[in-house]
Order: sequence, then C-alpha cells, then structure tokens
Amino acid sequence: MAPRKKIEVEGLRLRYGGKEVLHGISFDVHENEILGVIGPAQSGKTSLLRCLNRTIEFTPGTQVVGKVVVDGQDVRRITDIYGLRRKIGMVAPLPVGLPLSIYDNVAFAPRAAGNRDKTWLDGHVEKCLRQAALWDEVKDRLDSLGTKLSGGQQQRLTIARALSHEPEILCLDEFSIAIDPVTTMRIEDVLKELKRAMTIILVTNLVQQARRLAARTMFLWNGEIVELDRTEVVFSDSPGDRRTYEYVNGIFG
Amino acid sequence: MVVPLLFIVVYIVAKGAPALTWEFFTENPRRGGIEGGIWPALVGTVYLILISLCISAPIGVLAAVYIEEYAKENWFTRIVNLAVVNLAGVPSIVHGLFGLGAFVYGMQFGKSILAASLTLAIMTLPVIIASTKEALAAVPRSFREACWNVGATRWQTIWHIVLPNSISGILTGVILQVSRTAGETAPVMLTGVATWAIGGDGLFLYNLREQCMSLSMHLFYIRTQASGAKEELSYAIAATLLGVVLLVNASAIVFRIYLRSRKKW
Repeated sequence: MAPRKKIEVEGLRLRYGGKEVLHGISFDVHENEILGVIGPAQSGKTSLLRCLNRTIEFTPGTQVVGKVVVDGQDVRRITDIYGLRRKIGMVAPLPVGLPLSIYDNVAFAPRAAGNRDKTWLDGHVEKCLRQAALWDEVKDRLDSLGTKLSGGQQQRLTIARALSHEPEILCLDEFSIAIDPVTTMRIEDVLKELKRAMTIILVTNLVQQARRLAARTMFLWNGEIVELDRTEVVFSDSPGDRRTYEYVNGIFG
Repeated sequence: MVVPLLFIVVYIVAKGAPALTWEFFTENPRRGGIEGGIWPALVGTVYLILISLCISAPIGVLAAVYIEEYAKENWFTRIVNLAVVNLAGVPSIVHGLFGLGAFVYGMQFGKSILAASLTLAIMTLPVIIASTKEALAAVPRSFREACWNVGATRWQTIWHIVLPNSISGILTGVILQVSRTAGETAPVMLTGVATWAIGGDGLFLYNLREQCMSLSMHLFYIRTQASGAKEELSYAIAATLLGVVLLVNASAIVFRIYLRSRKKW
C-alpha cells in the first residue's frame, strides 16, 4: 500500500533578488514518516522549510515558482495562511524563547488562535511541555522567563511551542546545533514518539542524526536534490549518486 | 557634561531665587509683566506640551510601526525615510512659518493654541518616528519569526512581543521631545502664543481657539520688551522652564527604570 502523501513539492524554484537558491525541486513527504534532509550550508534547506509555511514571504525580494501542496491543497491558494502555519510546527536552529514566561511561551499560539479557556490552556501547556520532555524541569517555575532557561531547555521550550498549536507536520531545522549531545538524544527519543502522531521533516547537518531517525533521507546540494531514497540506501556503500556517498562519509568537495 | 549642567542650573536658580515665591507661580502678571506672576505662561506651556504630544506621539509611533513592520522596502518607503530624516533637521522657525501658512491661515484656525500645538506636533513628529523606528529595530527578528511560525498575525506579533519590548525606547524618544516642545519659542510665536494673553477665569484659562502665553515667550518678552523688569524675574522664569523640563525628564527616567525592570531579555 502506498503511503499517503502529506506534502507534495513540485518544481519549486525560489529566487532571492536575482539569485536562485532552489532550482526547481520536487519531492513528497509521506504521512507519519521522518524525512531527513541533509546537505551543506547554503544549500537551501532552511529556505525550503520557509516555503512550506509561507514565512518566506516575510523576506523582501523573494520569488517563488512551482507548487507546494499540503494535504492536497496548494499553499499559495490557501486563504487561511495562519491556519496553514498552525498546521506546521517550526523549530529554528537557535532556540528562541520569546520574552514571556514559560507558560505564556507555550500558550502564545493557542491564545493567538483565540483559545483563552484557562483550564484548557493549563492542561494543554502541561501536555506540550511533557511532549517536549521539559515538564519535570520547569513545572515549579512556569511563571519565570522563558529566556532565562539554558540553551537546551530553551530549545525544548521552542519544541513545546511548536507543538502547542497541534501541528500535523513538524519541521526541525538543525535543532541540535545549540545543545549538548545528551539533550539531543532526549529530543531524538521525543521525535520517535511524536512520529506516530505527525509527519516530521528533520533538517540536519549531523548526517548520523538523519541515519538514526529518518525513514528516508534527502540530500540537498546547491538548491538541487542530489538524492532522495530510503535512509539505508543513502547511507549504504552504493547510493544512487557518487556525491551522496562522498558527503555522507565526509570526503565531499 | 555634569559640570556645565550643574553650573547652569545652580546659576539660574541662584539668580532667580529672590523672585521664586508661591505667588510668582500662581498669580497673573501685572503692569506689563514687570510685576506679578507667571501662571498663564505656565499653563500655556503645559497646554502646548500636552496637546502637541497627544497629536504627535500616536501618529509618530503608528507611522514608525507601519514603516518598520509592514511597509515593503521600495522607492516609496525610501523616500518616506529620507523625508523623515530631513524633516527632523528643518529649523524650528521654518516649521513656524509652515504652521502659520497651513494652520493659522490655510485651515483658518487663526493664531491659537490649536495651531501652535499642531505646529509643534509637526516639528516633533519626525524625531518621534526616527526614535521609535530605532527602538522597534532593536527587537530581534527571531522573535518575530517565532511568532509568525506559530500562526500569529503581524499585528498579534507587534502587540504582544514587539511593542512590549520596545516601549521603553519609544517612550524615551517621545519624552525627549517634551523638553524640546517646552523650550521652543519661534514656531509658537508665529502660530498662537502671545506676549499678553491672561485667559479667562477658572483652572483651564484657555480654550483651544484662543491664544495663550508660554514660558519661553514670556522670558523673551520680559528680557527684551518690558522695560523696568527686575533681573531676577527673568532668571526665575528660566528656572521654572528648566524645572518643567527636568521634571518631565526625571519622570521619564523613573518610568523607564520601571519598564526596564520588567524587560524580559
């Protein structure tokens, strides 16, 4: 049985001013899979994620051609853009604790969506913080500032916030570059858990992380997909493209 | 910088001290200003400050929010930005002349508190826009992106995150304009401040369509036009003007410390 397609990207081109950073890429993301995206810096990984939830539009001078389809809907035809963004949780490379209390950080998105019921929010905040493996550390100081947490805790707070609007897709953009290996492993366990409920796109420059978590891995290089295949194939001795082998084994360039 | 400031303050207060009595603040001037107090001028100055700020602060802050948070970078916004910067550098007498043409004659407000306040508002607007823009730009972009990513609208982002974290900077810019407004003589002289306008009875003295007195103008008048005024009188007026400005600045600083203590990053 073919897996259901959660995201379909077709011929996606992205230009910043005169410079093209994505050269017409096409791929699908299946429901409830973890798709690893690997590739060197400047290969367009972050830009790709920003095309999915259309936050790319906040950057002046960008031009998007091609189609991004989420749940069968072309994102550029979607009128409820805020609903689209709530459907996609985003975790940025550097943790961003909003200058609010821990509680308000997590309650921000539901409140922005108009959900102000105190009892529901209390339960929801706890649920999200538990999902992000942060609850036990912060349950006694939910009123203290999110920005005062340590880097690893803030990154988990960011994940809790990304989960707070109950997304169906979770995009993680190099979430582990600012945190220690132990916390990274804890979050990886969290992701394995979350996979049952959502579709995850894991952008990472730790190739081994993709190997550990992803069912399929995409190698993006200079705005083009070099290879997209099952992770075992990408990390095998004979992937479809020579460059994949070289990149994965650290002999690239 | 502390030494000249202290010197100016001490010198002026010392010279004006003999005239600084309760009656000086609360009574009307008599005999062409060489006797009596400065009450109408004090009230007039406060009127001008409050009314002009009520106009320029909201417009200025909203304009800056629009330019900084909403407007796309194109030739139009570049021209607007250029205009803001250049308008901030226009001499106050030119603003006065503009006010005379636009508000006194053009809009037929006549020489009045309204026209003078509008002129002062136009004069302070570009500086408020510039300082507010700076305060907004100091809020990291990552905060905004985090909000957008969870589906917040631009306005929700501005209202819940950007403004609370830039309010102290915005207020500093606004309040610095108070002292400028208080001290200006040239523009208000052309548009609504008279050397002699005692006003009506009661606490409010003036209505918007009347001319008023102001401390800066009164000082200028006493010093140059009224013969026989004692010297300490003009120093006492200067001290009062300084007092108003320092009071406003001090309250601004206190308010800012309060906001800083609540600042969260």
